[in-house]
Amino acid sequence: MSLLEIKDLHAKVGEREILRGIDLTINPGEVHAIMGPNGSGKSTLAQVLAGRELYVVTSGEVIYEGQDLLAMSPEDRARAGIFLAFQYPVEIPGVSNMYFLKAALNTVRKSRGIEELDAFDFLSLVKEKMKLMEMDQTLLNRPVNTGFSGGEKKRNEIFQMAVLEPRLAILDETDSGLDIDALRTVAGGVNALRDPERSMIVVTHYQRLLNYIVPDFVHVLSEGRIVKSGGKELALELEESGYSGFEDEEEAVGKV
Amino acid sequence: MTAVTEQIGRWVAEFSRQEPAGPWIQRLRESAFQRFAEIGFPTTHDEEWRFTNVAAIARTTFRAGSPDKLLCTPGGVEELDPSDAEAHLGHDAAFDRNAFVALNTAFLNHQVSATVLRIPRGMVLEEPIEITYEVAEDVACDPQESAMLAVHPRTLILVGANAQCTIVETYKGTGTYFTNAVTEIVVGDGAVVDHYKIQQEDSRAYHIATMQVQIGRSANFSSHSISLGGALVRNDVNAVLSEGTEATLNGLYIANGTQHIDNHTVIDHAKPHGTSHELYKGILDDQAHAVFNGRIIVRKDAQKTDSKQTNKNLVLSDEAVIDTKPELQILADDVRCTHGATIGQLDAESLFYMQSRGIGKSDARNLLTYAFAQDVVDRVKVQSLRDSLERILFEKFHEHAH
Ligand SMILES: Nc1ncnc2c1ncn2[C@@H]1O[C@H](COP(=O)(O)OP(=O)(O)O)[C@@H](O)[C@H]1O
Ligand SMILES: [Mg+2]
Repeated sequence: MSLLEIKDLHAKVGEREILRGIDLTINPGEVHAIMGPNGSGKSTLAQVLAGRELYVVTSGEVIYEGQDLLAMSPEDRARAGIFLAFQYPVEIPGVSNMYFLKAALNTVRKSRGIEELDAFDFLSLVKEKMKLMEMDQTLLNRPVNTGFSGGEKKRNEIFQMAVLEPRLAILDETDSGLDIDALRTVAGGVNALRDPERSMIVVTHYQRLLNYIVPDFVHVLSEGRIVKSGGKELALELEESGYSGFEDEEEAVGKV
Repeated sequence: MTAVTEQIGRWVAEFSRQEPAGPWIQRLRESAFQRFAEIGFPTTHDEEWRFTNVAAIARTTFRAGSPDKLLCTPGGVEELDPSDAEAHLGHDAAFDRNAFVALNTAFLNHQVSATVLRIPRGMVLEEPIEITYEVAEDVACDPQESAMLAVHPRTLILVGANAQCTIVETYKGTGTYFTNAVTEIVVGDGAVVDHYKIQQEDSRAYHIATMQVQIGRSANFSSHSISLGGALVRNDVNAVLSEGTEATLNGLYIANGTQHIDNHTVIDHAKPHGTSHELYKGILDDQAHAVFNGRIIVRKDAQKTDSKQTNKNLVLSDEAVIDTKPELQILADDVRCTHGATIGQLDAESLFYMQSRGIGKSDARNLLTYAFAQDVVDRVKVQSLRDSLERILFEKFHEHAH
């Protein structure tokens, strides 16, 4: 059985239709890259899958582990194993990273019927994962993402993913704003989580990330539709030709 | 009889019934009562009381009583008999324009004597001075009495030059009653004073309070006013600065149900080189109403004044109301004064971020609400107080969620 099945998904924000009929099937263990020009709807797709209410699904369906995903609250989706690494991680002053992550991990564990971790076990788990992400431990005691550099925020996302161990990870432009060393570390963290039972959707504008996180499939999103799908070589093709073939002129002018 | 004379009439009997005090205190009481009789309770036509209607207090028949007083002072603090404090008691908290201060003064030393403390010059206190005024349930709800209980706690603290101390004033109780408090603090030159007021009155109680602070040269005074309880609450904090004084006024008010909490502050830069920082934050839910009015006066002499005022409000329901107003009266030219007020809701993006990590919506709301108050709580330097405040807030937001 597939892990995720998206059928003819349409979504809008305000009056504007952004997703205009997406079809995508993901099996356990597969890594799918979604590429496409800015404004094509990549983040919208990612946010819709995570349950952001701002985007209204107007038609279509999404089946996750045999369940109607769109009927679930964002927190229930997370508890069921969906994880979104945000393109723009949110700063939350006043809530410590450590407290936040512990609350998250323990609700997720509870819903999976696993015992909650005590402070000691939590700390040792967190330290191990921070080492993997080469993260500064002082970030733990800081408020969530507050005052973090762009790179620190992205690492923090993947660090959270490593702690929460999702079944379906959606990475939205995790590579943007990273220098090459940071990119290697982050990709290393992601690759360490690759598993026959864990699937990933890797959203990126650039092919660069896919040298490190090698996908099984590549899809090109343009104007809210998947216009082309292929194997990992499609990414290289796009690197050569750019997205010019995939976006109409009006759109191209609007996005710089 | 006019409405005003009717209001006053109710108080006359209680005023005349009290045990006479020593000569000067009795004289002070009488002139205060006289003044109260002249001005009566304020109405919403009064600019200072525009958003706070005290008709419920004005209409009620009260009986004068007193709260239980619990005083905990570290060694070295002198407790004075109020009759020995003629030079200070009633000196700074003027009753000529404030009916509530007048009324408090008219009942000075009623049943329980005013709290008068002196911290000798140069003395550095490690432990806080704790003053708790509590209205016990059996006193508030005496079945023999039909009139509502009114108490008039009075506090005077004289901090000597270069002394350092922390003061924690707590107001609490059970039942339906009226607390009408006045606190005067005189901060000597070069002294460092950290004042906390925790208002945790019963949700049916009225709480009206004035704190008047006279701050000496190069002294450092900070006030933290935490308002959690009360049906109808008005806090006036008035600080008068001297040359080189540093004053900090912080506040946190949390109101739900039909609570009304009004914070009025006046920072009077009377002399040059003063600095003031003010941060008041409020969290409002249900049909609660809050008022913040922050007046900053910079007198003609007060050159090089540096003043910053911020008021931030988190509004959790559609029906809650906040009226916020800065009032700058700047008469000097070489000064820096900034002010800003915000009214906002919980950030939808932050909520979603938390939910996307598995945290339930109501927990996420609580965490964010709590986080909003965090920076004011973090400024509380008394560890035990900070801990209990964190616990109170935690419980408060937990009960909100359901
Ligand atoms: N909250 C929003 N309000 C209005 N328009 C939006 C909103 N979110 C996205 N859009 C629009 O939808 C389109 C797709 O955006 P997005 O999904 O962020 O694209 P991508 O991630 O591919 O760059 C863009 O034109 C963008 O301006
Ligand atoms: Mg995007």
